[in-house]
This record gives sequence, C-alpha cells and structure tokens, in this order.
Amino acid sequence: MRHWLARQRYLVDFTLAALLRRKGRNLMLLFIYTLVIFILASVIFFGSALRHEAKAVLKGAPEVTVQNLVMGRHAMAPPEWVEKLKKVRGARRIEGRLWGYFYDKANGANYTVMVPSRYDRKNALKDGETIIGAGLARVRDVRRIGHLFLLSPKGKLMKLKVKRILPETSELVSADLVLMSRGDFLRFFDLPENGGYTDIAMQVRNRNEVAKIVEKISKMLPTARVITREDVLRTYENVFSWREGVVLAMLSAALVAFAIFAFDKASGLSAEERREIGILKAVGWETSDILAMKLWEGGLVSLFAFIFGVAAAYAHVFLFDAGVLAPVLKGWSVLYPQFSLTPQVDRLQLATLAFVTVIPFTAATLVPIWKAAITDPDVVMR
Amino acid sequence: MIELKDVSKIYNEGRPNEVRAVTDVTLSIPAGRVTVFKGPSGSGKTTLLTLVGCLARPTEGRILLDGELISSLPERFMTEVRRRTFGFVFQRFNLIRGLSVLENVMIPAYPLGPDYRELKSRAMDLLARLKLDHKAKMKTEYLSGGESQRVAIARALINDPEWIIADEPTANLDSKLALQFLDEVRQLKETGKSIIITSHDDRIVNADVVDMVVEMEDGRIIGIEERNAS
Repeated sequence: MRHWLARQRYLVDFTLAALLRRKGRNLMLLFIYTLVIFILASVIFFGSALRHEAKAVLKGAPEVTVQNLVMGRHAMAPPEWVEKLKKVRGARRIEGRLWGYFYDKANGANYTVMVPSRYDRKNALKDGETIIGAGLARVRDVRRIGHLFLLSPKGKLMKLKVKRILPETSELVSADLVLMSRGDFLRFFDLPENGGYTDIAMQVRNRNEVAKIVEKISKMLPTARVITREDVLRTYENVFSWREGVVLAMLSAALVAFAIFAFDKASGLSAEERREIGILKAVGWETSDILAMKLWEGGLVSLFAFIFGVAAAYAHVFLFDAGVLAPVLKGWSVLYPQFSLTPQVDRLQLATLAFVTVIPFTAATLVPIWKAAITDPDVVMR
Repeated sequence: MIELKDVSKIYNEGRPNEVRAVTDVTLSIPAGRVTVFKGPSGSGKTTLLTLVGCLARPTEGRILLDGELISSLPERFMTEVRRRTFGFVFQRFNLIRGLSVLENVMIPAYPLGPDYRELKSRAMDLLARLKLDHKAKMKTEYLSGGESQRVAIARALINDPEWIIADEPTANLDSKLALQFLDEVRQLKETGKSIIITSHDDRIVNADVVDMVVEMEDGRIIGIEERNAS
C-alpha cells in the first residue's frame, strides 16, 4: 500500500510537471472547460433555486382554488358558490377572492390587482390604502412619493396611500402586485357590490384528501375549474424547465464547439508527447503507468475546471444575482423581480453535470494515449 | 549472459514497406564485459540492441537472459525485465524537456514507488559521481551535449541494472567528450556492470576497455572479435 501511494504521488508529480510544461495549451483548455461548466452550472443553480423559491412562496397559497368557466373562459364566480362550497366536508377557510389584471399605459406593464384575504390580518387595508410589490414600487418611485396613482380602466384617477411595500424575498410572485380594499377594488374596476368573485379559495384539513375534495367540487359545480396548489407549482416548474431548456438549446452550439475543442486538445497527441511516452516505456514504465499518469492528467484538468466552474456559477447566481441569466430565466412581465435567491443546490443535477463533462473528457484523453502506450518503445531508438 | 538464437526482426511484415533489419543472428554476450556492435548505418546494430534490451520483440528466434527465455514474455513481465535488468543511454539522450536534471534521473524509478528521500539521495550520488550534482535543479534543455549524456548515464543507472545499453553514444560528442565517455564506461565495467554499445566510431571500437566487437552488415553478423579474454 505504501508503495502504491508513493507511486501515485510520483505519477501526480510527473503529471503536474507535464501540465506546467504545456501550460499555454492547458490553460486555454482549462479556461474553456471552466466556462462551459460555469454556464451549465449557472442554469442548473438558477433553475433549482427558482423552483425552491416558488415552492416556498406558494406554501401559504390556498390549497384549492375554484374558478367559474363560461364558454370555456374564466368568468366571475357567483356568490352562492361560496355557501355551496362551505358544505364540502374537509374544506375550511372558504373565501371568495377578488383579483384582476390592470395594464398600466404609463410604463407598459401589467399589474395584478388584488383584495387581501380576510384571514391575512397583516395585509388588512382600509379604503384609500394599498400594499404593493417591490418591482412596482421601483418603477413608480413609490418609496419617495408615498402614494400610488392609478388611472382606472374607465379613466378615473385613484390615489392610494402606500401602507407597505412587500418584501423582496417574495418578489418572484409579488413584483407586480397591488393590494387594495374591497371597496377600492370594486370602484377601480367598476364592479357591482354582489357581482361575485374572481375565484374562490379554500384550505383543506387533510392534505391527503385534496384529490377527493376536488372530485366532490367538480361534481357539485360542473362548470367550475378546480386548481390545486400542486397544479400551480407544476406550472411554475414547467415554465422554469422550459426556459432552462431554451437556454440550454441556445448554448448547445457552444457545447458542441467545446466538445470538438476538448476532444481535439485532449486526444491529439503531439510528436513531443509521443516521444515522451516512448522514453517512459523505454526506461521501464508499464502501459498501465502511462495510462494512470494520463488519467491523473485528465482527472486533474476536469476536477479543477469543475470546481472553478461550479464555484464561479455559485457566486454568479447567489452572490451577484445571476446578472447574465436573470433576464431569460426569471419574471414574466415588464417588471422583472429583483431578489437574491436562497442558495439551493440540486445535488443530483450537479452529479449529472459532472458525469456528462468529466467522464467524457477523461475518456477522450485516455484512448489516444492507450494507442500510443501499447506500441513498442523501440520507436525512441529511431 | 545474453544469448540470441536465430533471431530475425522484420518491420512492417507483409506490407510494401517491409524491412528485414536483422537476419538469423546467433550470439552470446557475456556478462561483466564491454561489447560493441559495429557496422555502417543500416547494418542492423541498433535493431539488435533494441532486441537485446527488450525494447522490441524478435519476429523469429529466441533471446535468453541467464538461461531464461525473455523474448516471448508478456508485455508486463518484459517491462519488468527491462526495468530491473537494463539501463539505456540513447543516441539523442532522450531526456524529457522541461524537467530538471534530478527529475530526469529519477523517472525510471517512479513506477517502483520508492521512498522519495532514498530515491533523491541515490540520484544525487549518481550525479555527484558524474560531476553533475551542482546542476541537479537545472532544466535539461540548458545542458551541453556532454552533460546531457552524463544525465542519460545517471538515469540508466538509477535502478542499478546489471546491463547498460548505449546506442551510438559518441555520435553527438567531440573527441574530448568521447574520451570522457570511455572513462565512464571503464568505471562502470570496474563496478561489474555489463555494457553493450553500438558504434561506428573508431575511438570506441578500438578502445582498450572493449572486450568484444561484433561486426554487422545488412542485418547479419559478419565477424566477432574477442579481446581481453578472461
């Protein structure tokens, strides 16, 4: 064992010396390899953190939401549905919600206007007050003015005192949010007092019964669309996965270019390298010694590229708010959310990344070396 | 003793560029002596040297080391024999550029995994014997021809082989350095080493340290001259 360890030490020493002797070529290879790992790891970290963020934010969302459909389109839910749904066993906190979208011509952005839940005492509002998302606060310079002025769809100006700005940690889903009292909401959208609700939200006593409750509601209200929290989460995940896919598709050309470059650099043995292999064999190295040495070489280059790439991606995403990828991967309106993601690393995806980059590269270095190493060492004599 | 029995070596056999480098060579090379393979370029002396040193396998015939057949050993065992038994001094020295003199000398011992301090001390002793210890840390590309050859000799000796094999050792050296090389050969012989040299240099062939001269032409032995018979 001691000899084996000593032998590995000598091989590593020799490998490091070999890498330094060809430092121009190896530094270029390391740089490109690191860059590719950095980009891929950034996308993975970012997507994974966004999913985690969405999951955390949706934790407080209603477990089941019921919407009314008329001719397949979303319509106001009648107020009597609330009473009907209260009879569903296992359901609690049944509440009609009022929310809608408002296009602000002033800055070309869509806002989500909503009446806070009556169970949400923290965000309770009186007429003339509002709570808004951080994204909207930024574009409307609300922190300085202290008021939000909105021109209703019917052209009526509404002045709302900004009571609070929602924290940036929830900005993924609240960047464009405007909370207002029920009275202000009805006046803003010019709706009648008993015109119904945008949808009806509810919690479920036993989570295992969500599917059963959905089934009961579907039977009770045949025109209703029933959405569970899991459905919403799945939609978020699909959006992020789709975006990740788009980014990776865009990067595929770069990845192919890297693969060709890496294969060429890793596999193309120079005359100098062939000569060295011949010398090593002539002075008593076995084929397995040469392969082990090259395995160390490929492994060290891959390992350093992987560590540097992943560390740089981690810093890029979690310390510098993913400046390169954020415009592509987060937000879905003009108001891009600005928030620092909670560090969240998907180990399986990281392991997959290591598997699809480190192993092919190391294999690419070994094949030509093996071919050179099995030839008779007498080539160095001629 | 190394014995060659009906040894032939054909390169690129069966192809249009087939070359018969050595043909039906039968020879006994005694241990503890200096043997020179002499002949013009293309006579097959370097090929014969590679066969003797286990750097290549004969196409036909057998090679025995101290009565043991070594020419048909599997690759791994042949490498082991080569590592333990032979030390090589190549014509162009074949030092590895970018590495220091000391590292070049130690390389043949790496696969054996010896203790580093012990290996370094052995390498430094050899360099001191060859008057190169002050250049141990120098990169080999900055050495002169004579110095490079002495590094190659130190490298050949690091695993303490019984046989030293030198291919055209004075081809790239001036007269003074050629004489210096002969001194080193003499010292090695005194320590009991067996030495085989290929050369067409008369300074080597006629040197008093040489015990046997094998003359070759067109891949065949055309004469054997025994000297200093013990």
